[in-house]
Amino acid sequence: MPQVTLTVNGKSASVEVEGRTLLVELLRDKLGLTGTHVGCDTSQCGACVVHVDGNSVKSCTMLAVQADGAAITTIEGLAKADGTLHPMQEMFREHHALQCGFCTPGMVMSAIDLVAKNPQGLTEEEIRHGLEGNLCRCTGYHNIVKAIAAAQPLMHAKAAE
Amino acid sequence: MYEFAYQKPSSLADAAAVLAADADAKALAGGQTFIPVLKQRLNHPTTVVDLGKLGLTGITVAGGTVTIGAMTTHAAVAASAEVKAAIPALAALAGGIGDNQVRNRGTIGGSLANNDPSACYPSAVLALGATIKTNKREIAADDYFQGMFTTALEPGEIITAVSFPAPGKAAYVKFKNPASRYAMVGVFVAKGPKGVRVAVTGAGQGGVFRHTAAEQALAANWSPAALENVTIPADGLNSDIHASADYRAHLIGVVTRRAVAAS
Repeated sequence: MPQVTLTVNGKSASVEVEGRTLLVELLRDKLGLTGTHVGCDTSQCGACVVHVDGNSVKSCTMLAVQADGAAITTIEGLAKADGTLHPMQEMFREHHALQCGFCTPGMVMSAIDLVAKNPQGLTEEEIRHGLEGNLCRCTGYHNIVKAIAAAQPLMHAKAAE
Repeated sequence: MYEFAYQKPSSLADAAAVLAADADAKALAGGQTFIPVLKQRLNHPTTVVDLGKLGLTGITVAGGTVTIGAMTTHAAVAASAEVKAAIPALAALAGGIGDNQVRNRGTIGGSLANNDPSACYPSAVLALGATIKTNKREIAADDYFQGMFTTALEPGEIITAVSFPAPGKAAYVKFKNPASRYAMVGVFVAKGPKGVRVAVTGAGQGGVFRHTAAEQALAANWSPAALENVTIPADGLNSDIHASADYRAHLIGVVTRRAVAAS
C-alpha cells in the first residue's frame, strides 16, 4: 500500500494508506483529528475544509496520496499551544457565529483562506460570495459573516507584524 | 470507491505509457469531478495515474497568446495578473467555477479532458479558437469537442497546455445553477484574431457549440441590439429539472446579449 508522508499542524506524519483513502479519512481515522467533519461527502457542504499548502480545499474530494509531501493545517492546528485562539476562532466566539457547530471547522478554515488572500479587505457581499463552498444547515450565516468581517483587521494587523 | 492501483509518474512519457497500455487506467488531474465520480462508483479504474508530478503548471503570455499549463488551477488563472491583463474574460470565467475550494484544486486540463456539457472552460476554448496541446500533437478547438463528455483525445493522450489568442473584445456570462454553480446556460462571446465567435455551454445535448446565427449578426454589428431578432431553436437543447429546452433557448438569447453588453 502507498506510504504518505506529510506535515499536519506542524508535525511530520508517515502513514500507510490505500490509493482510494481520502485525505479526510487519513486525518480523522488514521491521525485521530476529528475536528475536520464530513457533512455531505459530495464536495458541496465544506464541513471538511482544511488547508493544503496554505490553500483551502475540501478534504473529502482529495485522495490522501495526493497530499504526499504537503503541509496540512486543520482546525486543531489554529490555536497556540497555550490555548490562545486564532483571531478567526476568537471572532466566531465573540459574534456567536455558530449554532450546532457542525459546519464551524470548515467555515473557519475557509474564512481564514478567504481573508488571507484578500488583504485589501472584503465587503459583506464579497464575504458571502466567498463562502459559497460552505453550507450551514442552521442558517447561521448572518453572524458568521459578522465574525469574518470583524476578524479581517485582526488578521491583517497580525500579518503586518 | 472501488479499489484501484495508484501511480504518480514523474515523466509525461511514463504517464502516457501507463494510460496507453490499459484502457481502464484513468488520469487524475485536480480530481474535482473524477473523485466524486469514483466515490459514486460510476467508474472503476484499474489504475489511477496522478498527473501532479509532471510540472504541467504555469501561465505564460507571449506575442498576444496566453498559454496555460494543463495542471494550472482555476484559482491560479483567476488570480493571474497576466491573464487579467490579456484576456480578462478568461480570468473572470475561472473565478466563477464552483467555489473557492474547488478552484484551489480543479484544473483547466481536467475540465477540458472531461468536457462536461455544463462546464465553463469549453466555451472559452471554442469562442477564442484556442489550441489544445497534448503529448502527441496540437488540436484546434473546432476539432476537439466531439459531444457530451467526448473529445478528440486518444488513449494515452494527455493535455499539456492550452493556448488562447488574446481577443480584442470578449466576455463570459453564466446563468448558473445556484446550488452547483454549473452553467444552466453560459455564453462566451469573442471578437479577435479568429473572428467573431460565440460559444454556448450548459445548454446543448452534445456539449458546447457555436451559435452561428449570433456570430453572423455580431460580425455585422457588435452590439446587443444586433441580436434582438436572433433566435435559436430548442431542438437539441437539454431539458432537465432545472430548465426546459425552450427555456434554455430563451436564456441563450438573453445571456448572449448580456455577454456582448459586458464585453
